[in-house]
Amino acid sequence: MIIQKQKDFEKILENLKGDKTVFIFGCADCATTCKVGGEEELAQMKVKLEQQGFEVVGTYVLDTACLTGEVRKRGKELQEQLEHCDSALVLACGTAVQTIGDVLGIVVHPGADSLFAGNVVRLGKYEEKCSACGDCILEETGGICPVTRCAKGLMNGPCGGYSKDGKCEVDPEQDCAWLLIYDRLKERGKLDWLESIKDAKDQSTGSAATPRRYVWERK
Amino acid sequence: MSNFSEALAAGRFVVTGEIGPPKGTNVEPMFEEAEHLRGKVTAINVTDIQSSVMRLSSLAVCIRLKQMGLEPILQMVCRDRNRLALQSDLLGAAMWGIENVLCLTGDHVKLGDHKDAKGVFDLDSVTLLKAAATLASGKDMAGNDLDGTPSFFTGAVVSPASEPLEPQIIKMKAKVEAGAKFFQTQAVYDPRQMEDFMNKIEAAGINVPVLAGIVLLKSAGMAKFMNANVAGVSVPDDLIAEIDSVDKKQRKSKSVEIAARLIRQMKDCCNGVHIMPLGWDSLVPRLLEEAGV
Repeated sequence: MIIQKQKDFEKILENLKGDKTVFIFGCADCATTCKVGGEEELAQMKVKLEQQGFEVVGTYVLDTACLTGEVRKRGKELQEQLEHCDSALVLACGTAVQTIGDVLGIVVHPGADSLFAGNVVRLGKYEEKCSACGDCILEETGGICPVTRCAKGLMNGPCGGYSKDGKCEVDPEQDCAWLLIYDRLKERGKLDWLESIKDAKDQSTGSAATPRRYVWERK
Repeated sequence: MSNFSEALAAGRFVVTGEIGPPKGTNVEPMFEEAEHLRGKVTAINVTDIQSSVMRLSSLAVCIRLKQMGLEPILQMVCRDRNRLALQSDLLGAAMWGIENVLCLTGDHVKLGDHKDAKGVFDLDSVTLLKAAATLASGKDMAGNDLDGTPSFFTGAVVSPASEPLEPQIIKMKAKVEAGAKFFQTQAVYDPRQMEDFMNKIEAAGINVPVLAGIVLLKSAGMAKFMNANVAGVSVPDDLIAEIDSVDKKQRKSKSVEIAARLIRQMKDCCNGVHIMPLGWDSLVPRLLEEAGV
């Protein structure tokens, strides 16, 4: 899931400066789970923008705002309303903002900041687990990702910065990922993997290679 | 061969010191500190943007030390440079005849004064050691041939007071395999702990010289701060009480007395000491005299 948070309302107003008529998009997927752009948030945003003098022509929560086909289809259905808008405010992730803007050819304003790919611990609490590095090593590390969960993304075991209670010196609330890996591998009798030298990570598959593309092919 | 590597190879008890580059270009106080170490230590570490607080370049200071006739140990961290820059600087060091290199992962940027910087960590301490070994074999990390091959005497760090200790020892083994020829430890304040550590690494089959880290204890406040904030450092209560038992005027004498005692107690279990005076470099000659090394 793309974990995200709504931008400050002042920032949203700044982005919308000069526009009078606005459409608001949300997304029923990640944006709803993160309380950024579900039905509830869109209704609240509509009221707040109207109080500021904007005319909100319409609101729509897309099923999945990063699906080009879905956006195109709904865009056609909403064409008349969209034609009457100066712009659309998108209460969803950056991928949604760009999909809507590019596919529908309208002016879009981001209403949220995308934070990370994470899991939902409980509603309102999210943690990063995967960096989409393109070269998964969870098999070797006992199912705990050091690329994401070690503050330095180390590949060869912990640095000297863990405390006696197993926390990271960068963030005392964060467990040292390498100690978690160490405990788990020890428990499973696989500590010998830790002793082998891991080569420097191939960064060409990760964020260093952005923008990344991928085309699925039948095997 | 560097004097440092020769001294270790000869089995001598080796003493190294340390200086930290300033934030700015006023380098004279630092070189005055280095002068206190002349003839007293075999080599001098130069820290690399220590604690992630932006400072003058370690490599630049190492070059000047070399010109002053002092032997540097270039500290290199992986926080600020990717593999191209690290290899490039290693070649640069080699050009100036700097062979001793201490390879570290480096503190996180969040612990320093540029918290909004990007931490690089393209390599880590293990892969940096390996990169230096690869360069010394005439190739770069991508497998290309070098025109002119450098030679290095590379080392690494370890924290004997870390808990749990086993992950440190496992990583130490990997560092040796990657090319670490010596180790300098994080500050140690408990001789029994150091002895226990040395026994454990021997049992793990690690047979590389280890220099015990000595940080001059300046006050009880500093000890408590390190206990609370510096991972892998543990100052026992009796030492805190001891440094606190004297008034400020006698603090330096007491500090030297404690450090000298630690060195005497640890002398037989390790291959040398790495002294980190943190600005009290003028006390190092007296310390070594009292320690009898």
